[in-house]
Order: sequence, then C-alpha cells, then structure tokens
Amino acid sequence: MESLNIFIRSIFIDNMVFAFFFGMCSYIAVSKSVKTALGLGAAVTFVMTMTVPLNYLLYEYVLKDGALAWAGLPDVSLDFLTFIVFIATIAAFVQLVEMAVEKFSPTLYSQLGIFLPLIAVNCAIMGGSLFMQQQVDGGQLNSLWHSVVYGLGSGLGWWLAIVMMAAIREKTTYSHIPPALKGPGIAFIITGLMGIAFMIFSGIKL
Amino acid sequence: MSNKSVKYLTGPFSANNPVIVQILGICSALAVTVQLKPAIVMALSVTVVTAFANLVMSLLRNGVPSRIRIIIQLVVIAALVILVDQVLKAYVFEISKQLSVYVGLIITNCIVMGRVEAFALANKPWPAFLDGIGNGLGYGLILVIVAFFRELLGSGTLLGFRIISESWYIGEGGWYSNCGLMLFPPMALIIVGCIIWVHRSQNKDLQEK
Repeated sequence: MESLNIFIRSIFIDNMVFAFFFGMCSYIAVSKSVKTALGLGAAVTFVMTMTVPLNYLLYEYVLKDGALAWAGLPDVSLDFLTFIVFIATIAAFVQLVEMAVEKFSPTLYSQLGIFLPLIAVNCAIMGGSLFMQQQVDGGQLNSLWHSVVYGLGSGLGWWLAIVMMAAIREKTTYSHIPPALKGPGIAFIITGLMGIAFMIFSGIKL
Repeated sequence: MSNKSVKYLTGPFSANNPVIVQILGICSALAVTVQLKPAIVMALSVTVVTAFANLVMSLLRNGVPSRIRIIIQLVVIAALVILVDQVLKAYVFEISKQLSVYVGLIITNCIVMGRVEAFALANKPWPAFLDGIGNGLGYGLILVIVAFFRELLGSGTLLGFRIISESWYIGEGGWYSNCGLMLFPPMALIIVGCIIWVHRSQNKDLQEK
C-alpha cells in the first residue's frame, strides 16, 4: 500500500515537470513530435528506474552519515560527496544506454541525436536522485523497493508530461498564434496551464 | 576592456539570453523564484559556477580527448558546485535550506554544460571566463524579473520588506488580496512565457516562422 502511494504521488502529484520543472530543457526542445517524445520519455524512464535505486544503495551504505558502520567506521560521514557520486553513476549508466540504443535501434538513435548523451545532464534524472536522498533523510523512503517504485513513477510522470505536450504542440501547428509567441513562448504557457490542471491531484492519498 | 570583451559580457543579457533565447537552464530558473532573495543567491551561485567551469575547461581544452570530455566536464562542474554548496551552507544557511535540491541541480543546469560545450572548448581562458559571467548574469536577470512579479503579487513583499500596505488587505478592512496562484509552480512558467512574448515582439529576428 505504501509503495502504491509513492507510485501515484510521484506520477501525478509530485510530477517532475509540473511541480518541480525538472528536465525542462529537453522537454521544450524535444516535444515537437509525439514519436520522438515517446522515445526520449522511454529512455528517461528506464534510466531513472535504474539510477535511483543504484544511488539509493550508494547513499544508504556508503555516503550517509554513519553509513560506513558495516566497514567498522561508524564516525565517518561522506555526504559532501553526494553530488559527485550521483552524477558519476548517472553519467556512466547513460553511456551504457546510449551504446545499447545505438546497437539495437539506429533509427531512434539518429532521431534522438544530441539529446541521448544529454540525458546525463537532464535535471529530471539528477533531480530524482536528489529528491530520493531528501526523502531518505526525511524518513519517507526506507527500502530499496520504495526507491525502485519512486524512480519508475517519476520517470513515468515525465514521460506522460512530454507525450501530452508533444500531442498538443502537433495540434498547435494549425492554430493562429501571435508570431512572437510561436515556439518556446506558447510551449511555456501551455505547460503552465497543464500544470494548473495537474494541481487537482494534490492532496490525493491512498 | 576592449569592445569584444564587453560583447561577451553583455551579449547574453538580451540578444543571446540563455533562458529566453537559448532555452537553457529552465528548471532552476522557475523553481527558486517564489521570493526574490533565494533567486538572487541562486543567480550568483550559477554565475560563479559557470564562470569558473568555463575558465577551467578552457585551460584544459587542449589536453582533454573529446570522447571523454562530458565526464570530465561533469567532474569539474560537480566539484565547483560542492564548493558553492558548502559556502552557502556556512554563510546563508536559511536560504540554502530554501534552495534545497536546486543547488545540487546546478550540476545538471544546461547553461553551465551548454556554455562549456559551445564556447569554452573553442576559446581562450579570458573570453571564456567573461562569457561565463555574462551568461550567469543573463540567467540571473530573468530569475530576478520572474521573482519580482511572483513575490510582489503573491505575497506583497520584496526581499522580505512589505511593499503593499497592510491596511489595503481585505482582512484589515481594505480591498486588496494576494494572488495565491503566483506562489504555485505553473505561474512561473506562464510569466516566462510572457517574458518571451514581450522580448520576441521587440526582437523580430528571433521569431519562429
């Protein structure tokens, strides 16, 4: 029940895009067609589902204050290294995914172009790990399974947002938008309105 | 300073603004703008990190093989961000609590990465340093504009000082009430959308066909 709650909350209420603006750069740049959006969303979800639990393990057993007790060093706290360890895990993992996509789906690879390596610097993925750390400190996330669920839910939330956005932007090609608003301008305003719509989910608890 | 250096510094303010023209670094630009003070601290932190990341990568540019440059950039940036985070925790603890994870997210802020990739790897250290400062300040400018509107309309204060008089509020027998929606995330997006609208109607060459 607890994990279902985390899952629903991370998709709808604490949605990466609408509540925290994570991953906005690629969200705005890649949401021009639904097909590319689906590809990038899948890649982000996959990377997030894997990196959040990996970083959870690293944080819980290496970095946290007193985490090295199992190695006989209960007084050591390495938490100042958190950022660098998290980003290294993510960058290494993205490199792996990039090689896999290049091998198995060259079409997707050429479509995603520069954005595949840039998943490493997609704030949604780093943000997922940092929020995981914050929730571990706050006591809301307390097992490996919860961190898997949290990573998956956050990734799906981001995926949902970018696909919805791409679908709307495909339609806006046919509408008369003031020339100065075309492109990023209207994308921001649409995202804002979608965010207001998503606010109806706040307060839901299972 | 020569004309060229001035251009590196001021170009990112309007014509080449990182947030509203290059669409970089938006995540943090929106999340920390509920109040003016954290927005200013964030802008300064990003400026410092961008400037020094550009400087360091520009010094290293001839020694770094291009295959592994992303990892090296991340390590340099992450080290700088850790320094900034420790300084913030030591001197302005309250604000660093408010900024929470967004300080860590400077690492993945596309402005830092984007400027290193696009500028520092192809230029000498001094122009790269100036470019970093310019882009950091251009980013800060947008942050301050968004935070100004959100704090003024959302809570009636600026930098924590009361601007809209207490006696105007409905509770005190007046007619005014704060726009609570301004404090919610979606309004930041809409304000940035409006800034882009105003900016592009002034600069016709940026408009999309």
